[in-house]
Amino acid sequence: MTGSAIAASGLRKAFGDKIVLDGIDLDVRAGTVFSLLGPNGAGKTTTVNVLTTLMKADGGTARVAGHDVSTETKAVRAAIGVTGQFAAVDELLTGQENLQLMADLNRLDSAEGRRVVTELLERFDLVDSAQKLVATYSGGMRRKLDLAMTLVGNPQIIFLDEPTTGLDPRSRRIMWEIIRKLVADGVTIFLTTQYLDEADQLADRIAVLDQGHLVAQGTPDDLKHQVPGTHVRLRFATVPELDAAARVLTDSTRDDEALTLRVPSDGGTTSLRALLDRLDEHSITAEEFSVHTPELDDVFLALTGRPTEVAAR
Amino acid sequence: MSATPHSMVMLRRNFKHIARNPTSVFNAVLMPIVILLLFVYVYGDAFNVGVDYIDYATPGLILLAVCYGLGATATAVNSDMTKGIINRFKVMDVSRGAVLTGHVVASVLTNVVAIAALIGVAFLLGFSVSASFLDWLGVVGLVVLLGFATGWLTVALGLAAKSPETAGLAAVPLVMLPFFSSAIVPAEKMGPGVRQFAEYQPFTPIIESLRGFLTGAAATTDVIVAVAWCVAIALVGYLWASSTFKKRA
Repeated sequence: MTGSAIAASGLRKAFGDKIVLDGIDLDVRAGTVFSLLGPNGAGKTTTVNVLTTLMKADGGTARVAGHDVSTETKAVRAAIGVTGQFAAVDELLTGQENLQLMADLNRLDSAEGRRVVTELLERFDLVDSAQKLVATYSGGMRRKLDLAMTLVGNPQIIFLDEPTTGLDPRSRRIMWEIIRKLVADGVTIFLTTQYLDEADQLADRIAVLDQGHLVAQGTPDDLKHQVPGTHVRLRFATVPELDAAARVLTDSTRDDEALTLRVPSDGGTTSLRALLDRLDEHSITAEEFSVHTPELDDVFLALTGRPTEVAAR
Repeated sequence: MSATPHSMVMLRRNFKHIARNPTSVFNAVLMPIVILLLFVYVYGDAFNVGVDYIDYATPGLILLAVCYGLGATATAVNSDMTKGIINRFKVMDVSRGAVLTGHVVASVLTNVVAIAALIGVAFLLGFSVSASFLDWLGVVGLVVLLGFATGWLTVALGLAAKSPETAGLAAVPLVMLPFFSSAIVPAEKMGPGVRQFAEYQPFTPIIESLRGFLTGAAATTDVIVAVAWCVAIALVGYLWASSTFKKRA
C-alpha cells in the first residue's frame, strides 16, 4: 500500500495582481517520481516554494508527508529536502565543508557526520575536489554537491527544481542516474523541468503547468498520445517534386509554403530505410531530411494552442 | 548528542568567509587606517580644530571604521539570500536568529579588529588620551553597540536588496554618513544646511561621546542621545531584517 506523499488542492498564489497559481490540484504517491513540466514563468518554482513551506499560499491546502504545509511547517521540513533552481552551495567553503555544514545543522554527532560526508563524497564522485573551494567547481559539480547536501538529512521526499537546467548533456545524464538511484531507495521525488525528455525519462506521472493552471496530467505515455509524435520532415526543391512525394506518401501532411512534407515515423532505422526506399522507387529526391521528436513546444502547442514563448510572457 | 548549536555553526561559517575573502578584510581594516594617514598627514594641517588634529580625528575615524565594514556584510547577506542558501537553511529549520545573528556578530567582530588596529596606528602617530579605565569601557561599549545597530540595519538592507551589487550600493549612505558629521571637522565649520544636518544626525552625538570618553570628559547628554540612537537603529534594523527574512523566498 502506498499513500500520498504530496497532496494539494486548489492552491492559489498571486504576487500583487499577477496570478501565479490559479487552483492547483496534485497527488503524488509515495515512492514515485512526479514531474511538473512547464516553461519559464509557468509557476513551477512558486509551487515548489509553497509545498516546501518557503511561501504561504493565498488559498487551497497542501499536505506533505501527511502534514499541513501552513500549520505544521516543522514536521514538513523534517521530512523533506529541497534542491533549488540555482545551486545553493557556499562558494567560499570547500565541497567537504559544505557537506559538513549540513551535517552540523542536521545535528549529526561528529562520528556520524564524518561518515555521512565521506559516503556522499564517494557516491557523488566528488572525492578528488572535496578539499577545493566550491568557487572553482563546474556547473555540473555544483549541482551534484547541491543534491548531496540535500541528502545529508536523509529526507523521504525530495523537491528538485529544474535540477538540470543549464547543464551539459553528460552532466544531465549523471544527474538522471543519481535521481533513479534515489527512487530505487524508496525516496519520493517532486521534479520540475522545462524538458519533456527529462520528465519522460524519469517521471511516473507528469503534470503540465501553464500560466498557473494544470493543463494536463498523466503518465508520460498518456501525454505523448496527445501530441504529434515523432516524424520525419522532407523538404523539396520544387512544387512538382512535393506533389509527387505527397502522392506516394499518403499519410503525410504537406506545407506548400515551406515545400515540406511531414511523415509520421517512429524514428527507427528500419522505418527510415523503408521511407527512403519508397522515395527511391519513385525517383524522388528531397533537398533536406530531418527527424523530429516531440518537444515541450509541441506539447504546449497541442495542449494550449500556443507555443511556449507566448506562455512564458 | 554532541550537537553544536545552530548559531555557533553559522558563526563559524561567517568567520571562514571573512578569512577567505581578503578584499572584505582590506576594506574593513586597512581603509580606515589609510584614511587616518590621509587626513592626519595630508590634510590635517589645514584644519584648525583647536586641539591636535589626530586627537580630534581618531574618534571620528573609529566611527568611519565601523561603517566601512558594512558594505561587505550587506553583500554577504544578499548573496546568501539570492543564491538560495538562506532558503536552504529555512527548509532545514535553522532559525532566523541563527542565520542573521551569525552575520551581525561577524560584522561586529570585524569592527572590533579594525578599530583596535586603527587605535594602534593612531597611538604610533602621537594620539594622546586621558581616559580612565571606565572611559575605555564606555568607548568599547559604545563601539560594540553601534556595531550591532548598524550591523542589523545592514543585514536588513542586504536581505531586501535585489542583487549583491545593489546591496553594496545600499550600504554606501551609511559609509558616507560619517563625512557629514563632526567626524572629520567640527559641524560649526560646515556650510548652512549641511551644518544643521551634521548637528542633528545620529553619528554626531556618537562621535562626541567617543571624544568625551577619550578625553575623560564625557557629556552625559551626548552619551544618552548616542545610546538612544543606537538602540533605535538596532530595533529598526532587527524588525526590518526579521520580517524580510520571513517573507522573502
